[in-house]
Amino acid sequence: MFNSYLENTLVLDAQLCTGCTLCVTVCPHQVFAITDHKARIINPTNCMECGACQVNCAAGAITVTSGVGCASAMINAALTGKKEVACGCC
Amino acid sequence: MTRVFHLAANTAVMATTSKMTSTNYWDHFVARMGVRRGDHRVTPGLYKLGSPSTDSPVFVTANYSLSFDALRTSLRGLNAYILVLDTKGVNVWCAAGKRTFGTRELIRRIKAVNLNNVVSHRRLILPQLGAPGIAAHEIKNQTGFLVEYGPVRAADLPEYLTNHRATPEMRLVKFPLHDRFVLIPVELTAIWLPGLIAIGLGYIIGNLPYALAVLTVILGGTTFFPILLPWLPSKDFSTKGAFLGLVAALPFVFSVFLQHADWSWYHQAGQMLGYLLAMPSSIAYISLNFTGSTTFTSRTGVRKEIFAYIRPMAVSFAIGLVLLLVFAFVK
Repeated sequence: MFNSYLENTLVLDAQLCTGCTLCVTVCPHQVFAITDHKARIINPTNCMECGACQVNCAAGAITVTSGVGCASAMINAALTGKKEVACGCC
Repeated sequence: MTRVFHLAANTAVMATTSKMTSTNYWDHFVARMGVRRGDHRVTPGLYKLGSPSTDSPVFVTANYSLSFDALRTSLRGLNAYILVLDTKGVNVWCAAGKRTFGTRELIRRIKAVNLNNVVSHRRLILPQLGAPGIAAHEIKNQTGFLVEYGPVRAADLPEYLTNHRATPEMRLVKFPLHDRFVLIPVELTAIWLPGLIAIGLGYIIGNLPYALAVLTVILGGTTFFPILLPWLPSKDFSTKGAFLGLVAALPFVFSVFLQHADWSWYHQAGQMLGYLLAMPSSIAYISLNFTGSTTFTSRTGVRKEIFAYIRPMAVSFAIGLVLLLVFAFVK
């Protein structure tokens, strides 16, 4: 109840992972750990979708929808029921 | 002595120190007050700190003066180069999110200052929070420089530099009371004018109680909410804010009951309900907006919150406002 932060867009394809450990290094919320030379998501709900892991994953094993997101666009869409249109402010 | 004079003509190396001047302190104060937020900049380019040689480390930062100053003051006593990217006066983490502290800008800047000729090694130390904007493997491919992600906080650099290893603690971003507290002036600066107007309107319509109610909403959302954030119930910012708003509305509800015993029951009930609907919803709205200032909310979560709560907030606020207006005049 009253927790919108249980799900996010972070996906790790362990098959592609080369075990370089950079995701563990760049993540500011300890979402990843390395076991048996492969990255693993240990704290999925900690992810804030900053995108650091994806950008720095040379193997392309991580996908996450990052970006600040335009709050006023989301608010307008939620109020009017129309499609989300970014205002260009951010 | 410095050994930068043999550089190509287009690579002017600027000089800096680890000292903070009174001008720097004033600049920080003004920035913290949220005044002229885009104007706290340093010139992008390469700086030398102390007397660096070709072996000296190269640190990369943003051209927001608070970022640059945090770095240079943390490197006291060190001979080093500082490469300042043009992030339009925005701090490292936010700029990385917008990709201005980004792969393309770093590559461009490395080439512009001829870094290949300035240092003999091929290693750059970046702040960890620059990572969302920088693809380390791209930098390596296109410039030959190896990106090393240092700690989150520049203050941890001296310890980090002893063995170039960050402890898990150094890699973690938290949001302690101090970090939340320093945001309050920025929040207040952003709304002081409409806030004062709203307080004035409140006074005209409903005298002191209404003016105080508006002031309570403003201080509740911008000051008490950031301070109390971890202790307010539930995870969602909207419900945390609504709870705070409910607590803040109670004194107003009781004051109607205690001070206006002569009013008719529906007059009392109408105003009480007005407070109970308008105050929690407006504090909840300000609180929801605070997600953008935190260090941990995901876009997916914020979107979910917005789509869950914005309409109830708007409806609740509208009904509450109408009740407060009507029962300010109807006796």
